[in-house]
Amino acid sequence: MNKDKVLSIRDLSISFQTSAGEVNAIRGVNLDLYQGETLAIVGESGSGKSVTVKAIMGILSGNGKIKSGTIDFTSRKSGEEVKEALLSYSKKEMRRRINGRRIAMVFQDPMTSLNPTMPIGSQIMEGMRYHYKTNKKEAYEKAVKLLDLVGITEPEKRMKSYPHQLSGGMRQRVVIAIALSCDPEILICDEPTTALDVTIQAKILELIKEIQKKTGISVIYITHDLGVVAKVADYVAVMYAGKVVEKGLSEEIFYEPRHPYTWGLLSAMPDLNTDDEVLYTIPGSPFNLLNKTEGDAFAERNRFALNIDYRLEPPMFQITETHYAATWLLHENAPAVSMPEALKERIKRMGEEVDLRGGE
Amino acid sequence: MKRYIVKRICISAATLLVILLILFLMLELMPGSPFNDEKLTQSQVALLNAKYGLDKPVFIRFLNYVKNMLSGDFGVSYTISKNTSITTLLSTRLPISIRIGGQAVLMGTVVGLILGLIAALNHNTILDTLTTVISVLGVSLPSYVFALGLSYTLGYQFKWFPLLYQQQEAVKSSVLPTISLAMFTVATVARFTRTEMLEVLGSDYMLLAESKGLPGWRLILIHGLRNALIPIVTVLAPLVVSLMTGSLVVEKIFSIPGIGSLLVTAIQSNDYNVIVTLAFIYSAMYIGIMLAVDILYGLIDPRIRLAKEDDYEQS
Ligand SMILES: Nc1ncnc2c1ncn2[C@@H]1O[C@H](COP(=O)(O)OP(=O)(O)OP(=O)(O)O)[C@@H](O)[C@H]1O
Ligand SMILES: [Mg+2]
Repeated sequence: MNKDKVLSIRDLSISFQTSAGEVNAIRGVNLDLYQGETLAIVGESGSGKSVTVKAIMGILSGNGKIKSGTIDFTSRKSGEEVKEALLSYSKKEMRRRINGRRIAMVFQDPMTSLNPTMPIGSQIMEGMRYHYKTNKKEAYEKAVKLLDLVGITEPEKRMKSYPHQLSGGMRQRVVIAIALSCDPEILICDEPTTALDVTIQAKILELIKEIQKKTGISVIYITHDLGVVAKVADYVAVMYAGKVVEKGLSEEIFYEPRHPYTWGLLSAMPDLNTDDEVLYTIPGSPFNLLNKTEGDAFAERNRFALNIDYRLEPPMFQITETHYAATWLLHENAPAVSMPEALKERIKRMGEEVDLRGGE
Repeated sequence: MKRYIVKRICISAATLLVILLILFLMLELMPGSPFNDEKLTQSQVALLNAKYGLDKPVFIRFLNYVKNMLSGDFGVSYTISKNTSITTLLSTRLPISIRIGGQAVLMGTVVGLILGLIAALNHNTILDTLTTVISVLGVSLPSYVFALGLSYTLGYQFKWFPLLYQQQEAVKSSVLPTISLAMFTVATVARFTRTEMLEVLGSDYMLLAESKGLPGWRLILIHGLRNALIPIVTVLAPLVVSLMTGSLVVEKIFSIPGIGSLLVTAIQSNDYNVIVTLAFIYSAMYIGIMLAVDILYGLIDPRIRLAKEDDYEQS
């Protein structure tokens, strides 16, 4: 592959100090984001998706500690490649050089992520005013344009509105406008539609795709909705208990998943076309990160678990140039286990649907 | 916002008028008359009554009373300083009390805010613990304990400040009373600021502001403190009241010739006119503070301001 890497995370480990002990939230994560592409991170609640992206922004909470790893950010904005090691920056340096201006973030809950005492116009203008010393008039004009871009009607009138005067969907559009205000190179969306109702979810998703088309921005999209992933992602990383357990091109994850956890996620995905089916759920509950891991963290919930899974953590096995999975099932000595028949059926159906719709 | 403020001012004025009426009626119901000198004949008393308008109906006399009061005439003192007009009596005392009280309010809120901010920004460190200890002391010890403690150490032992109030050293003399009075406010505001600020610092919008890459001071003051202030402002009014009551004792301890000590003396010597006037002044100050807090509240929190405006638009 000779696409340009924008962001490269290597061997990232993060732990939190809590009263109950040390929580090993992230355990050796490797991820890459390529120019103009969308990387989707999926996984159950608590798998470490938010912590990973907060580490990129340098906004981990005070009790979080980066134990190892590097995050390299390569910028091509000025025409030449400039590589920066983000983890070597202090919080202050991150705020001055990176946050908002080159990497921006959209959070999960638009109801709480805007400052209730500041008009939304000022909240959009603030970043430009500070980072680029844009004068008031230009910042105002750009903010109006951004509001228009994110689909808010009567943008001039809305500039003076306070968050409580807007609906959830509108607020998320404002948050997106804020994120875009300084023309960042990377947009991180942490479950941007989870808190919104379904019709608005689709619209916000469309908006993000459209913006990406217009600006060529690279996107990290966090979600636990695989349906959303299918719509937006070029590349998918599946996380479980602080690790990436499978990653690959979107097609590879959807049509040839190799990790039993990914099988579980795909089986648990609601299928709109067959309503007679009982919805599958992955048995058991997410792994408790307070515990020391011995073997594969997913083993207890994995009905395909091998003996070795309880003793030794599986390494990442490479399947294709782009497709990796961390399961012993891929070892050459492992018994031949393939994905459950029901899932195979499902994937086949999905594939046909996509073909019918003209290969979306 | 303008209509909101105008409405609030009207309500405050009306409240004051009601208080004045109650005070006036209390005076009315007091037994006796100003002219109970035995040498006066019946007709002379009637003449005097006519001269002072005491033969008019209660309502007219109330209006006169209000009119006089608005022109600064509160009547005369009966016992403390016979026949001196209360306005003269207050002219030296009121400024002293207002200055010390004002200084205490200012010190209380500013120092309290700063301490609370320091504690919140250094959560779970020694600084946090230290400010918590100060808060607990300030809340649990009454102001006279601080007054006595301060005058013993800084006044008596170190001789930095005068033990008792001295007119010619007004500023220096006001330091110890101000600190004693302010401690409760300092402590309460610090505790509130710490709690509110911690909550705000953990909020989503602070995370978003941080992810926008704003400089630290802007995060803390514009995004953080402004939101934390909303609940803090609500405790200001009761704090000022407790400060007023505290001033009665503190003025006594430092022999400050203010209205607090005047009120105590007036009560002891049954000087009704003085008592009523002071009661009115205290009420006026309290209502003024409430008004200020209400307006401040609307200024800080757009949700309140706009909600109120919407109410007006509908009605
Ligand atoms: N400040 C913190 N202190 C202690 N533990 C934390 C902290 N932040 C995150 N964690 C832990 O790290 C783990 C990963 O959390 P994270 O927020 O990344 O999950 P997530 O994948 O984003 O889940 P969700 O889908 O619910 O947002 C969780 O087990 C959580 O308990
Ligand atoms: Mg999350």
